[in-house]
Amino acid sequence: MTWIPPLLVAIPLFGAAITAGLDHVTPEPLQDAMVVAAATATTALAFLLLWRAEDHEVVHWFGGWQPRHGIALGIDFAVGPLAAGMCAVIALVVTLALVYSLTFMKEAARLFDALMLVALGAMCGFAMSGDLFNLFVWLELMGVAAYALTGFLVERLGPVQGAINFAITNSVGSYLFAIGIALLYARTGTLNLAQIGQTLARSSHAGGLVIVAMTLLLCGFLVKGAVVPFHLWAADAYAVAPAPVCAVLGGVMTDIGLIGVARMYWTVFAAIDHGHAIGDVLLWLGMVTALLAGTMAFLQRHLKRMLAYSVVCHIGVMLAGIGLLSAAGLAGTELMFLAHALLTAGLFFVAGVLHADHGVIDEFRLRGRGRGCWAPAAAWLVGTIGLVGAPFAGVFLGHDLIDEAATALGRPWVLPLLWLGTALSGAALLRAGARIFLGWGDEDDPLLGKAMEEDPLERDVLRPLLVAVSVVAVAAGVAISVVPGLGQRAEYAADRFRDRSAYVAQVLHGRPMKPPPALPVSILHASVASLLYGGGATLFVLGLALVGLYRRRLPRLVAATGERVLGPPVRVLHAVHSGVVGDYVTWVVVGTAVTGAAWALLLRGG
Amino acid sequence: MSYLPYIVAAWICLVGIAGIATSRNLIHLAVCLTVAQSSSYVLLLSVGFVKHGRAPIFLGTKLGTPAVDPVVQALTLTDVVVSVAVIGLILALALDAHRLSGTVDPDHIADVSG
Repeated sequence: MTWIPPLLVAIPLFGAAITAGLDHVTPEPLQDAMVVAAATATTALAFLLLWRAEDHEVVHWFGGWQPRHGIALGIDFAVGPLAAGMCAVIALVVTLALVYSLTFMKEAARLFDALMLVALGAMCGFAMSGDLFNLFVWLELMGVAAYALTGFLVERLGPVQGAINFAITNSVGSYLFAIGIALLYARTGTLNLAQIGQTLARSSHAGGLVIVAMTLLLCGFLVKGAVVPFHLWAADAYAVAPAPVCAVLGGVMTDIGLIGVARMYWTVFAAIDHGHAIGDVLLWLGMVTALLAGTMAFLQRHLKRMLAYSVVCHIGVMLAGIGLLSAAGLAGTELMFLAHALLTAGLFFVAGVLHADHGVIDEFRLRGRGRGCWAPAAAWLVGTIGLVGAPFAGVFLGHDLIDEAATALGRPWVLPLLWLGTALSGAALLRAGARIFLGWGDEDDPLLGKAMEEDPLERDVLRPLLVAVSVVAVAAGVAISVVPGLGQRAEYAADRFRDRSAYVAQVLHGRPMKPPPALPVSILHASVASLLYGGGATLFVLGLALVGLYRRRLPRLVAATGERVLGPPVRVLHAVHSGVVGDYVTWVVVGTAVTGAAWALLLRGG
Repeated sequence: MSYLPYIVAAWICLVGIAGIATSRNLIHLAVCLTVAQSSSYVLLLSVGFVKHGRAPIFLGTKLGTPAVDPVVQALTLTDVVVSVAVIGLILALALDAHRLSGTVDPDHIADVSG
């Protein structure tokens, strides 16, 4: 079964090459069929790989260059259940996006399909790679495809600005990563992740060079993962990209950065003796991200920009799950990724339907214009509830495991902060949904800024197809929390992912792992605290959404006090998200310096 | 071992990033990006440097002849190729920005914010 991992990369990349090469030669229906077939085949193979990876890591050495005497000579893909599951979700979301774009993108957009397939191949390669430099190459490959996709509709300045900010900020992030690779290679003399970990484990003391390398490598991923303060590019890019691109970028590509962080920590840096210092910094970054992005989501009126901040908010919760460094935390992140990817993609698809219907995606301009569109309205509402994590819906199960991990670690104050973040972004989405589909709320709100100019779509869309894809994505995402047995399998996958010595033994020495225990097929029991927080967050979301809708009708005293207390910080937040790329790069440098300083102090000072 | 190459690499990287942060012209910015990236080439090559080492071509050489590390050279080449794609794309976007707004100043193309 070691032939599957390379195919997950080869099929999309060959598909992309053929699509681009035969542009204008093959008839359009044939091209469409081929592109969708390539993505579907990748999805099917990824699920097959997931099934096979349950017993042992599926390791493929390119060109048959097997390791000799425990020393890696070649380049490998090493796939456990977690990586295979990621590939499956990534391929599924890309397939849905390609089906959606069959009628959503205009005719001349054949290169669009090619770029989407390149992004798919690069994301799968990234999730499976066992080699440090290959991580960089996949990162850059998916980056280039994503920048081009973001700026695909170049009739307006917005997409150009979004693509430029995205490209430059992420390139700086990748250069940090490249420098980190050079330093780590200088220290260990190898690029194979398993072997780097082994070499570092020999002297478990964290040297200065290793701390610098770790800071650069992890911050490179955090830029890709849009973690505060590296997140500023995300809203600019997602607001302007076509809806199916947003679904892929927001649903799965941002989360790729987090896979990178988890992979680097558990196969490499877990080998150094650090107490809980590495995790604590990640945990704090995650909490700040969740709260700040939740607030920013509430301050948006452009639906896709709002969704972009909602994505960043959930990235924060997932990073906190990784930062807890336990199996439950990582399993929570994993389940949250599954639900979040499908739900976010679904909501971006609904935003695309609204764009196709009315030519705008602005909350106030669309006010009441969605009345009677029952399917999109239901998808939006259910998707929002799923993203909040109401008990047993959407991200709830993942959130529950993260809560459990935080309580077990003696950090119960993490729970309310993370739930508050998700509730804030959920309230924004619910407010927009009520205003658009029910016509509730005031007609304008100066707090949310000015409307963005938008071009109507140039092509007649097959509306039922768009709606059907949205409904499928949302329904699949919201059901993640009640799939029997998924929770236990996620915990097992997280355990496997964290077991560095078993990974090394299998990759470098070819020693098989012990077979998995028989996993029960039942729904995980949720803790009382999570049920309370989930229920409470849902009620809080309803209340906050109403406040957002009818802010003007609050008693004057409350409104005035609110304005005086919240006005200045809100203006500062708006000013920080300036849309100027130089500022973003400065924030990247500041963020890297602060993160590195925190690690240096905690690891060397303590 | 000399620290000079490492200091040079750090300097190039910081100068490049400072240029990106303060640039008022997208073409200039793309060049700064190349400068920042070239620091990783200097770093990689100095990591693999061996005093009196030959080029890593082993045909017809005796076993044990010192040679510089071929891995970092391969990495540098890959790095160059990757950056060409990124820079090409950014320059194309800069052209589009100029076509649409008549300027390549990143402050003036900040259409969306907040």
